[in-house]
Amino acid sequence: MCVTCGCSDGNEVTLTNIDTGKTTDINGHHTHTLADGTVISHGHDHEHDHSHHHHNHAHDHAKMHGTTISLEEKILQKNNLIAAENRGYFKGRNILALNLVSSPGSGKTTLLTRTINDLKERLKINVIEGDQETVNDAQKIKETGCKVVQINTGTGCHLEAAMVEKGYNELNPEPNSILMIENVGNLVCPALFDLGETAKVAILSVTEGEDKPIKYPHMFRESKVMILTKTDLLPYVQFDVEKCLDYAKQVNPQLEIFQVSSVTGEGLSSWYNWLENCF
Amino acid sequence: MHELGITQNIVAIVSEQAKGAPVKRVTLEIGKLSAIMPDAIRFCFDICAQDTILEGSTLEIIETEGRGKCRHCGHEIALYQPFGQCDRCNSFELEIIQGQELQIKEMEVEELCV
Repeated sequence: MCVTCGCSDGNEVTLTNIDTGKTTDINGHHTHTLADGTVISHGHDHEHDHSHHHHNHAHDHAKMHGTTISLEEKILQKNNLIAAENRGYFKGRNILALNLVSSPGSGKTTLLTRTINDLKERLKINVIEGDQETVNDAQKIKETGCKVVQINTGTGCHLEAAMVEKGYNELNPEPNSILMIENVGNLVCPALFDLGETAKVAILSVTEGEDKPIKYPHMFRESKVMILTKTDLLPYVQFDVEKCLDYAKQVNPQLEIFQVSSVTGEGLSSWYNWLENCF
Repeated sequence: MHELGITQNIVAIVSEQAKGAPVKRVTLEIGKLSAIMPDAIRFCFDICAQDTILEGSTLEIIETEGRGKCRHCGHEIALYQPFGQCDRCNSFELEIIQGQELQIKEMEVEELCV
């Protein structure tokens, strides 16, 4: 079992560098055995240090107060600590790190390739791709000529801060650039796991239900931006845009919303302006 | 089903902190707006605790109610989902002030004789 990640036993997380084709296992789990035979796995050096600090703390309390030990420890604290380190890394290099979240099939990868191609001359963009399996998405991104690594989470349903850390260490993104982190297609779990990103960008397509923002309020509340994609299909689908925007604003009044079509290019310029104004 | 991973986290954190002492009780605080289902945690707990020092321990879950505070008029309301509308000034701009907790509050271990 892993202290950091919310993944099941035997889960293999891999990182693939699309340029070299080299795949490494980034679970990094090592196990150690406590005095009583309890086996604990660690996924990260930093958390190791951290836990030892708390060890002593808890131990002192145990001696002083008898049997009940107050922990007040946030269950996702270890992920949050690594996320804070990531945030520092991005801030120090003036990197705009965006965590792209959506259901599978919302058009994330298509929007991403179009954005990279259109902004090539103006902005440097690097990509971390997250999927349960295959390097297909990373291949598509690579064709645009930008640097990309693929993280395969195996059975895991979301990216975690430690995976992103491994990802940017491999990518080595330039200062003053954009790092697009394409999360695993899932509107539930990624809301819980801070990656250290500058902002979460929720992507919703008009082929889905217009009530997604209130069905998955956690995600839309956590996001700073919502992009409504595939607007070129509006004449053919029953999707009430006004209703969707109302729902989104109810859940998150501060939400910045863009309506785009990655096929016709409609609406993309305001999204691009937003990206450029972040610097 | 992120609750399985979360429960594994809980068992791992408690195992580390207990430093080998058998654990009798674990108390969690889970907010009703935290996107975590307590029933799913309970379901996973016994399985995750097997063959660890938590095996046979009692799991207590304190569920905190959701509360929001209006950013416009300061009025506080009960929340049953992570968004809502102020019932005084109708604003949707609410700050969630309670209900997102996700922490291990305390644990009870058998007396350590040092």
